This record gives sequence, structure tokens and C-alpha cells, in this order.
Amino acid sequence: MNPSLPTESDESDLVRLLTPEGARVEHADAGWSGTDADLFALYRDMVLTRRIDTEGYALQRHGELGLWPPCLGQEAVQVGTAHALRAQDMAFPTYRDHGVAWVRGVPPERLLGIYRGTEHGGWDPAEHGIALPAIIIGAQTLHAAGYAMGVLMDEAVGHADSSRDAAVAVYLGDGATSQGDTLEAMSWAASFSLPLVFVIENNQYAISTATSRQTTVPLVRRAAGFGIHGVRVDGNDVLASQAVMEAALGRARDGHGPTVIEAVTYRRGAHTTSDDPSRYRAGEETEYWEARDPIARVRVLLDSLGTFERELAELDAEAEALGERLRSACRTLPEPDLAALFDLVHVETTPELREQQEAAIAWKALDTEETAS
Amino acid sequence: MTRMSIAAALNAGLRAALESDPHVVLMGEDIGALGGVFRVTDGLQKDFGAARVIDAPLAESAIMGTAVGLAMRGYRPVVEIQFDGFVYPAYDQLVNQVARLHYRSGGLVRMPIVVRIPYGGGIGAVEHHSESPEAQFAMTPGLKVLTPATAHDAFWMVQEAVASDDPVVLMEPKRRYWESSEVGDQPAPTWSSVVRREGSDATLVTYGPMVATCLAAAETAAAEGREIEVVDLRTLSPLDLQPVMASVRRTGRVVVVHEAQRTLGIGAEVAARIGERCFFHLEAPVGRVTGYDMPYPPSRVEEEFLPDVDRILDAVDATFTAGSDGEAL
Repeated sequence: MNPSLPTESDESDLVRLLTPEGARVEHADAGWSGTDADLFALYRDMVLTRRIDTEGYALQRHGELGLWPPCLGQEAVQVGTAHALRAQDMAFPTYRDHGVAWVRGVPPERLLGIYRGTEHGGWDPAEHGIALPAIIIGAQTLHAAGYAMGVLMDEAVGHADSSRDAAVAVYLGDGATSQGDTLEAMSWAASFSLPLVFVIENNQYAISTATSRQTTVPLVRRAAGFGIHGVRVDGNDVLASQAVMEAALGRARDGHGPTVIEAVTYRRGAHTTSDDPSRYRAGEETEYWEARDPIARVRVLLDSLGTFERELAELDAEAEALGERLRSACRTLPEPDLAALFDLVHVETTPELREQQEAAIAWKALDTEETAS
Repeated sequence: MTRMSIAAALNAGLRAALESDPHVVLMGEDIGALGGVFRVTDGLQKDFGAARVIDAPLAESAIMGTAVGLAMRGYRPVVEIQFDGFVYPAYDQLVNQVARLHYRSGGLVRMPIVVRIPYGGGIGAVEHHSESPEAQFAMTPGLKVLTPATAHDAFWMVQEAVASDDPVVLMEPKRRYWESSEVGDQPAPTWSSVVRREGSDATLVTYGPMVATCLAAAETAAAEGREIEVVDLRTLSPLDLQPVMASVRRTGRVVVVHEAQRTLGIGAEVAARIGERCFFHLEAPVGRVTGYDMPYPPSRVEEEFLPDVDRILDAVDATFTAGSDGEAL
């Protein structure tokens, strides 16, 4: 049996509210009570996330980006959980969480900049309620735990006030669960009863390494050892993803502490554009997961409602326009200025750095002069 | 003017920082009821509460990593690493995150974090309790590194470090914690070196725990008729070598002294910069007296490993005899 093809028993504890075939189902512990408009909003963000991802991949293949980490297949967990966040909440994403960044309002051009090499990730976490993506695996779990400590110190939980009570979400992959930082963050979250939700996007692979190398039990069981509430969800079901996230964030905002969500999903693309998945996984596996596409099942549901024809047509056009916008923006992203980077090393720069900065500027001027002549 | 130990001065400085800004929080292992293993935080949890003087779970990477999140939330964390050798689990968070977030974010995210580390040997400790890793932080872009050698500097430096919007590693010379000196009303400029003793014949450049040793060496030399200037670097990043250059231009002879191992230590950088700026003022090659390039030794032989008055004076002597017996300069 291929380790990435779940058995029935693997799925027995999954929270699922929308089947791969697009049928709504009930679950004893979770429910999704959004409107049809909410459903369409989730669909729209998943479609646009996939478009951002497709464009990122294509731009890399056309040599416009140095690298792209595709999120293909993980749109539901990213968009669903991010929809549960409020303005005052803070998300700590990984480099693959394009859907979370999109829902939080980060202009996708900023993601392109990271992978084009024009910047390391310059948006203001406070403005968008989302930190810069972590590249060091698991490092962000501790940043999230510290931020959540600050939320507690600010007494921003437990007021039953939806405009004030805040929570923190940290996104991580199955590979990150083997990192000491992640386990320390869980220990911290439990010990300080932090308003923190761990969203483990178990996409079955850490580059080439299957989840079975990271763990011999479902990852959600990590939570119990720390005394943290754990829940396992179908990460390709956007309704279930949003529902369990809302419940977890609600607990956090109410002052009831952390939750670990294991969202079972699948990385349909490569780890990054530098990776070659054909070396470590079989086609039958990707076919299995393609049949469980997170977007298609919502489309079935929307089509069955029959009331969104106009919106769906407009969405096609919107996605086209977004793609065009990204292609054109990518090629015109401003080139970084090495000399200006000196000013970013510290808040208050140093005489030594000023000296090196002046030397770099003078050298470049000389170089430019020589090129000109 | 008040006379107090370096540990007491740090305690008083931390108290002043906690009083002056409600966003200052202390975090570390055993810093609460115990007051830290060196008692530097003695009484602070009692007075400022367990929410501001936080006993951390035993996980250094988490202490450093959660400080990042606290800083993002608007706090000014002061974290204690219990012993120098325990900083390595936190090294990734310090070097990859704390040091870089301002840079990574295009200047939008600040990391006003202080990392307090008792460092150096001479206390008869077991392994991992006598390390001198300061060069590893000084060579990391984005970090600033301060090290006090007196109670006065300890009191003021810790407050300046807390006030800094940049991350500061405060290297505390643990074997000098209990040595007392006067604490005055005015701090020296933050990122500056100072001349601790004036002299016209040779220059000793040092910092932290070796300042007292170098001053003792200068005292001995004076009795023998040789006047040695002693410069206390105080700031290891950025380096302030103005007083060093000025001194070397007068004396022409210089020895750098530190406990840390020799290769690629602070002394290597200081010697290189003296070579760049003062080459034609030198009468002899720049000397170095340092720990040896081995892991810190078992404590029964640490006195042989650590620079002492005799090794320092021998190196000073060498700057007078270099070349005179046919030795190549």
C-alpha cells in the first residue's frame, strides 16, 4: 500500500463536511453555517489562490522567478482557515501559504518579489495581520507563541468581544512537526495556555520525505502529549477547514488555550520548482488526490445551487485579469539597491556600515562610469 | 556615586528598565523566585510580577524565538541565557531571526531584544559553563554586542541595551559578577571604547573579564618602569577603535587580550584594523594573548588556558624585543 493513499481507518477521525463528490455531510463535532454568498467567497479565494500559484509556477518556468513553491492542492485548508481569522488576529505562515497571504490581503506581487529575488518579504505584518513567511522550518511556531504571549499580556482574550478578543494562528507542514522548535512551541502554548492555533498542513511530504518518516501515528496525536486539544480535518474540505478553525480560534479568543489542527491534504505539485517528485512518488498517488480536489467539490455544490452563474463567469474573468496583472507586475518589480540595504541592517546604523556603504556606492559609480565609457 | 557589584548593578539597571517602560519583560530559566543562577534578577519577579519577570520552560530556542513574537507584538523582551554554553540551541533563532527581521522586512519590523549572557571562565565550572562565544555574535550582521567590565558600565549598559531598537547581546563577565566598583550618574557614550589607564609605552586592548587582568598587568609593569595604556572596548559590535588607533599612534606597540580562542576571535579583527589604519605607526607586530584553540579545558587547568598577568606582560615584552635579535618583523 502506498503510504500516501489513506485507508478508511485513516479517515475515520477526519472532520469532513463536504465530500470529494461535492455532497454536504454532517459531523457531530463541527458544523458550517455560512450563507451561499460565504460559500462563493471561499470558492473565489480558492480559485484566485490557484491562479496566483499557477502564475508563480509559470513565471518560474519562463525564467522570471528564481523559485516557486507551489501550493496546488492545499487551497482549501489555507483559504478555509484564513477565512476564520479576524482583523485583530495574527497569522504566521510558511513559504507555501499563498492562500493565507491572499486572504489576509497581502498583494501577491510581494510574494513574487521574494522568489524573483527583489526582496526578502517586505510587507508590514501589523498592517495585514500576517507575518513574513518563514523559510527556516518550524521557526515561526515560536514567533507565534511569543506573539500569543503578548496577546495574553495585553489582556486581549476572554472578553466575549468579537472586535477585541484576539488569537494567533501558526501554519506549518508535516516536516516541521519533527523540528524541536515546533515541539517547544507546543510545550510553551500548553504551559502558558496561549491563544494559539497550530495548523499542520499535512501534505504528505517534506520535500521527498513521506510523513511516515516524521511520525508513526497521526500528527494530531502530538497534541495530547502536551495537553492540547487536537482535531483532524479533511484539509481538502474548505467548509470543514473553516469550521474547525473557527472553533479553535474561538476557544483561543475565549481564553481556553491552544489547539492543534492536523489538516490532511496533499501537495500535488513539487516541493519547489527545483524539485522532481517523479523520483519519490507514483502517479497513482497524484491521481488519487486529483480526484479529491479541494476546488472541484465546491464547484459541484455551487453548480447545484444554480444561482451563481453570473458570478462564476465574472470570476473566470477576474482570475484572467489577476494572472495578467501578476505577469506584468513581475517583470516590472523594482530591482533592489544594494547600497540601500546597508540602511536596513540596524535601526541605528554604525560607522563601520556607513563606511562600507560609501565604498559600495563609490565602487558602483566607478563601475557604471567604466561601462558607460 | 554608589559602590556595588556588577551583578547588583545589572539588577539595579534591569529594575530601572522595568520601571521606565511597561513593555519591558524579562524571560529566562530560573529568573523568578530564584533570581537567576547568578541572582542578577533577584527580587524582580516579586516586585514586578510573574507576567513581567517570566520563568521560562527549559528551552533556549523557545526563549529566543518567543522573544521575536513578543517584540512583534510591541514588547521589549530581555532574555537571559543561563550560561554561555547554553546559547547554542538558541543560536538559530538569534542569527536567522532576531538579527535579520528588520532587514528582511525592509525596516518595517523592529527587534528591540536584549540577550543577556554570562560568559567566560575562571569560576571552576563544568563543561559548557565557561565559554566565550562573543565573536560569533559580533560577526553576525544585525546584532550589536556590548560587554561591561565595571559596575558603572553594567548599570548603564543594560539600560541602554533595553532602550536600543536594535537587538543587543549583552555579554556579562561572570567571574567579575561579585567585584564591586563605583556607579556614577553619567553613562559613557553607548557604542564607545574607553581608556581605562593611560600609558605611553604600549597599549593593551581588551574587554569584559580581561579588563581587570590587563589593569593588574599594567600595574605590575608600572612598578618595573613601563607605562601601559589599557583600552576597554566595551562595544564589540560595532567596534569603536578610535581610542585604540589614537593609543597605538602614540605607543607603536599593542597587544590584544581576550579569553576567547585565538583564531578568528575579536583580536583578529582588531589586529587587522590596526594593520589597515596604523601600520606605519607600529614598532612591532600586533600581539595577541588569548585562550588556546581548543574547547574550554577542565577547570583544574583553566588558569593555564586563561590569559594572566605573566602571559600578558610577556607579550608586551615581545613587542619591545621583536626584531632586535634578528627575528623577522
